[in-house]
Amino acid sequence: MAQSQPKDPERHASYLPTEKRSTKPFHPTPMLDQLETGPWPSFVTGLKRLAHNNNMMVDLLGQLEHSYKTRLGYWKGGTVSVFGYGGGIIPRFSEVADKFPESKEFHTLRVQPPAGNHYTTKILRRLSDSWNKYGSGLIAFHGQTGNIMFIGATTENTQRFFDEINEYGFDLGGAGPCVRTAQSCVGSARCEQSNCNEHRIHRTLVNDFIDDMHRPALPYKFKFKVSGCPNDCVNSIQRSDFAVIGTWRDDMQVDQAEVKAFVAGKGRKYVIDNVVARCPTKALSLNDDDTLAVDNRNCVRCMHCINVMTRALKPGKDKGVTILIGGKRTLKIGDTFGTVVVPFMKLDTDADYEKLKKLAHNVIDFWAENGLEHERCGEMIERIGLVNFLEGIGLEVDPNMIVHPRTGSYVRMDGWDAEVERLKQAKTG
Amino acid sequence: MTAQPRMPIESGCPDGIQYMHPLMVRNFGDWKYHDRPRPGVLHHVAYSGDEIWTVRVGTQRQLGPYEINLLCDIIDKYADGHVRFTIRSNMEIMVDKREKVGPLVQALNDAGYPVGGTGNSVTMISHTQGWLHCDIPGTDASGVVKALMDELYQEFIHEDMPNRVHITTSCCQINCGGQGDVAINIQHTKPPKINHDLVANICERPSVVARCPVAAIRPAIVNGKPSLEVDEKKCICCGACYPPCPPMQINDPEHSKLAIWVGGKNSNARSKPMFHKLVAAGIPNNPPRWPEAAAIVKKILRVYKEDAKDWERVGDWVERIGWPRFFELTELPFTKFHIDNWRGSRYTLNASAHIRF
Repeated sequence: MAQSQPKDPERHASYLPTEKRSTKPFHPTPMLDQLETGPWPSFVTGLKRLAHNNNMMVDLLGQLEHSYKTRLGYWKGGTVSVFGYGGGIIPRFSEVADKFPESKEFHTLRVQPPAGNHYTTKILRRLSDSWNKYGSGLIAFHGQTGNIMFIGATTENTQRFFDEINEYGFDLGGAGPCVRTAQSCVGSARCEQSNCNEHRIHRTLVNDFIDDMHRPALPYKFKFKVSGCPNDCVNSIQRSDFAVIGTWRDDMQVDQAEVKAFVAGKGRKYVIDNVVARCPTKALSLNDDDTLAVDNRNCVRCMHCINVMTRALKPGKDKGVTILIGGKRTLKIGDTFGTVVVPFMKLDTDADYEKLKKLAHNVIDFWAENGLEHERCGEMIERIGLVNFLEGIGLEVDPNMIVHPRTGSYVRMDGWDAEVERLKQAKTG
Repeated sequence: MTAQPRMPIESGCPDGIQYMHPLMVRNFGDWKYHDRPRPGVLHHVAYSGDEIWTVRVGTQRQLGPYEINLLCDIIDKYADGHVRFTIRSNMEIMVDKREKVGPLVQALNDAGYPVGGTGNSVTMISHTQGWLHCDIPGTDASGVVKALMDELYQEFIHEDMPNRVHITTSCCQINCGGQGDVAINIQHTKPPKINHDLVANICERPSVVARCPVAAIRPAIVNGKPSLEVDEKKCICCGACYPPCPPMQINDPEHSKLAIWVGGKNSNARSKPMFHKLVAAGIPNNPPRWPEAAAIVKKILRVYKEDAKDWERVGDWVERIGWPRFFELTELPFTKFHIDNWRGSRYTLNASAHIRF
């Protein structure tokens, strides 16, 4: 793809300094060089800019080219941390340090970003300056768990860098079998579809488990993620052990004048095909006067119609959250999405937040006690069954937790009468 | 006497509000609606009457001081000094006046940064570390993403797909990139090669045995040393043994291939969240630009764009047209490898007379 000449070549993603301050000559990088063309900003050009400044990045580029040539990776783990913590740093030692000695130690510090990934330019520059002083200069915004990844420091400098940024409010995230850095969407800060205070939930949960984050002692990793609505912009159902998703239980808000305006602008066919017909539970219909009828009792809060008609439709006002437990990717039993364990809870008062914390502690305590080594919470649930898990964390069963009741008859039911009686008592009692 | 080491301040996750755009702080939880005036720009209106514009910028994710200062200089000059990042490494720059949007977009474009990734575009690929930093990668991450985003640049800066497209890449079968409308993941095709001289010293053998999903690993004495052996007939080449036991090398320059999966979706909109499904495999892991994988991704996206209806994500679209039609339209071969035989997979078989002709 053709690239036009930059207006100001010195202030452009493709800029390379003329002066070389690193003392080590560059390794030839014919394969990586091919990733410097094309319209998307090139990380290779970025690495080369850093290599103009430090020898560590000269050898890092050499090792990366070596990986491209041989199609193999050459980093090995180890044990590196800062005083007082057991995790938070991903140690990397090069297996080809004889060829590329300057980057033989190239550790990453996982640092927790501010909730919602908000920054000022001032704090970004400050983090970058600190890292440029002690590390390679290279920062990934952000890793898949949600950390700021400060990539490339010697063992010695990890402590110095951490001490500096820790003094101005940043702390390490998780690595290893521990509570990990959490993620939350932009939410209430800028989104009318938000149903909760994602910031507060995020920080309440993760900062209450700070010991379990910094001192890995759980069966395996445990992730919290918070999305303000069922669009689930932080992929919490799939990517977290404990997903908190904003929702509402009253009627969605409909501005019928805006509905009419939308129909007038887009046409009835568009509205029928793309709003009414796409409702998964057939809870919508278009009235003869171009207003919208909503069967709120059968709306499953999927968000589709609200996404399409952003001015006319909004979540209701009686807001709260749904909580799902046990999402994870393939290893070891295959993919699992989170399962609903709390269909709805309010999160308005301090007492509500205490309840949320208590639930999180119950889940993690029960799993820490009963999970096998390297077994995620969702895998444990698969092994012991949802009912045992619910009993363990002190929650009652609810039909919102299932797609449908069991289809197989192979189960002992001699406790049926007692259980029905117990539920009746619990309800009236 | 040595100095006492500095003990950490366990402050945890920092408060985002201190860095947030003041207009967002002021209208926190009080937004009315939003629209998208142009690709790459969001416009949110609060009940107070305040308005905020967000310009979304594609980045290379790995940023150095030059890039950070270049972008921050632009943000300080043309915007209000506040940014945030999406989970797909796009930078979002907020401004409090409509008039600031045009010059900001221009300045970003002039500096070589694309504005886009909103609405029904192909947004930035979520990815991992790869050969740059991971200890177990079968391929690179940043390179694959750079190569693909070069190919999908127009799709990023325009909004002309049926719905949003989230692409992910993963350098091993752990799949850190996550579920995607299109996912490009390493798929190993040969059992690990074991360096028996190192196993006893490096690996905790019982936990490696326990890690195997198909119980194909057992302790053994090889060349007089305690080691591990793999029943290669049982082995599914997943690579789960490699992280806890580096002498069980799973990566292979020839036999670690790429596979492409489609139809993953995290949102609850319309359908429930869906996992992505295998559509193509055996694709060479071919740096520096992975042209074979890129060609298949582009083919799938072309067919999706032509055939899907408005608002259908890739997974929604395939559910409507059915898998036979998907393979027909994309001209990808359907093989025995597409049929799942993992536990609980019986529900993926067609137990009905529902057939499209």
